[in-house]
Amino acid sequence: MWERIWFEAPGFFTYHNAIFFLEAAGRTLGMTAAGCISGFVFGLILALLRQTSSPAFLPLRLIAIAYVELFRRIPFLVIVFIVLYAIQPLFPDASLFAIATIAVCLVATAFLSEIVRAGLESVPQQQIDGAVTLNFGPLRTLWYVVLPQAWRVIIPPAVAFAVMFIKDTSLASHIGVIELTFSGKMFLNRGFSPLLGFGTVLLLYFAMSYPLSRLGAYLENRLAPARRS
Amino acid sequence: MPLLDVRNLSCSYGSEKVLRDVSLSADRGEVVSLIGPSGSGKSTFLRALVGLEAPDGGCVLFDGSEVDYAQRSSLRDLRSRLAIVFQQYNLFQNMTVLGNVTVAPLRIQKRPRDEVEALARDLLTRVGMEAKLDAYPADLSGGQQQRVAIARALALKPEILLLDEVTSALDPERVNEVLDTIRQLTGEGITMLIVSHEMAFVREVSTRVVMMDGGYVVEEGPPQQIFEAPTQERTRDFVGKILKH
Amino acid sequence: MNYSFDFAEVLAELPYLLGGAAITLQIVFIAFFGGALLGLFGALGKVYGPSPLRRSINAYVVFVTNTPALVQIFVLYYALPDAGILLDSLTAVVIALTLNSAAYLTDIIRAGVVSVRQTEIDAALTLNMGRLQILRHVLLPHIASTVFPPLSNFFIWLMLGSSIAALFGVEELTGRAINISTANLRTIETFIVVAVIYVMLTLLASGALSLLGRRVLGVRQRLV
Repeated sequence: MWERIWFEAPGFFTYHNAIFFLEAAGRTLGMTAAGCISGFVFGLILALLRQTSSPAFLPLRLIAIAYVELFRRIPFLVIVFIVLYAIQPLFPDASLFAIATIAVCLVATAFLSEIVRAGLESVPQQQIDGAVTLNFGPLRTLWYVVLPQAWRVIIPPAVAFAVMFIKDTSLASHIGVIELTFSGKMFLNRGFSPLLGFGTVLLLYFAMSYPLSRLGAYLENRLAPARRS
Repeated sequence: MPLLDVRNLSCSYGSEKVLRDVSLSADRGEVVSLIGPSGSGKSTFLRALVGLEAPDGGCVLFDGSEVDYAQRSSLRDLRSRLAIVFQQYNLFQNMTVLGNVTVAPLRIQKRPRDEVEALARDLLTRVGMEAKLDAYPADLSGGQQQRVAIARALALKPEILLLDEVTSALDPERVNEVLDTIRQLTGEGITMLIVSHEMAFVREVSTRVVMMDGGYVVEEGPPQQIFEAPTQERTRDFVGKILKH
Repeated sequence: MNYSFDFAEVLAELPYLLGGAAITLQIVFIAFFGGALLGLFGALGKVYGPSPLRRSINAYVVFVTNTPALVQIFVLYYALPDAGILLDSLTAVVIALTLNSAAYLTDIIRAGVVSVRQTEIDAALTLNMGRLQILRHVLLPHIASTVFPPLSNFFIWLMLGSSIAALFGVEELTGRAINISTANLRTIETFIVVAVIYVMLTLLASGALSLLGRRVLGVRQRLV
């Protein structure tokens, strides 16, 4: 086994292949980043909808709850399939990368919504009362008072979530997105030793995930001893 | 015409009535104090007045016009003319002392920054907090936070200032610094509505005292009447018990 | 674009799909309890073991939790035959998921192990408690309350994660969905039904776990 790796290594570690791997890793990161950013925006909207109390918002509130509860209970792989088969007939030209990214965003929205909600709820009601009586509208209250205080509760689990999603996007390889895991499969099919191809892929995932998870742990320690009051 | 005229205000939490037909008025320059046992509805009254609790009956007239609490513009108008200081200070934890005092005048009232900052410095000097402009609330004592909260309320140039048990959450040795600050304000002719358990203070600064119990107004009158010759049994009980301490 | 949904063909296959769900549950139980056993040893080794052991356990945990399970299975699936070990896909997937779970569970259980404080044991000793009593009344409740909620969440997470077995031809829930959809071409309907089954399964699991936590362990906490 080791002789084989030794023998194949020069043909494997070429400039061309390095670029290929980096591009694939870029797609992995791209999907993760798109998921986290859109997931945060939509997750925030869902979390805010869940905080409304007026009867007029009841249907939206129920939709928000249903969305979050459902999408956290369906395997990412199944969601990828559903998105793939829902979008392809409608938009035959949609790229596989776009389809996988949409699936990532759908799931990320559900998970980040819960994280954001925990952050919003960590801000004491008195802070909001204070803002309201100073004539802050809902948006200004959110922007000037709630979000700046919710960050420290939101960021650490959000980073942990990003770490999880770097890994989960590997499932997009199954529908043919040329991301990191897919490139491992390609080198397997080209006849390279599986340890060489997938070993490299593992190391590249590690290189992306490990710093981020360390950052998450650091931020958790840094931000956790929150407010004295 | 009174500045604030509340008529038969009622309010409930769920099925529990916490305010029953409360009527109360305050003229410009008056200092009206609400006293009564815990749970008598004093704080709820203030919170309902600023629209934090939805009233289910009665009406509030401010400067002669009725406040419609269901309508945002009416509520906004009211809140731009009164200010409230809470028991728990409610200073924004993410802003400095100066930030707390200036944020509403700058962002909401859109007053010019130079004027607002000069006013804020002046107010913070008056409450003795001029040395802590850049401190965050978490680094201040309760008394200091409460003095900043008073400055924040005054920066809005309110026509009436509501004080909701502003000394109740403080360590005993911090109470006086806050009372001194308020005492100083009463000397400047600011209209105030005070909920407090500090009877000696209430007696000293109030022009009128309102005794509440069980969501009702039991009795109202000048401090001499309430503290020395109350007409109601319930008031005599309460005042007697408190003053014995 | 006119697509009319037709669930009849999929629903006819419901027994077949539920059979797949049973296999999913088997995979999850083996991987979870196997992983928990390894994780217990891992946690004890990480806390009480000699430094080289601690470091190797730590390296294992950090590496496994920072790389995708899918690629780990690929390595096991394709590289082992290279080394002369032949495994069928179900075994390979179950072994890989167990080893993967072991890493996550090591961290979770370790948090429980370190949550035990000597002061509490001392307090129990002064109350004249015996060893078993201490274990039962002091240590277990404490460990349970720290460890049970993340363990439960991990169980649910593993349930969803086990669907990757389908990519290796294992006929669990997702695998059977792929089989059906290639036969009846009602792909969307099939996967929607399967999604609903996963929602049901995880809801049942959440309910059972929170019941278990409340009744048996006295843990009250919101689970996923």
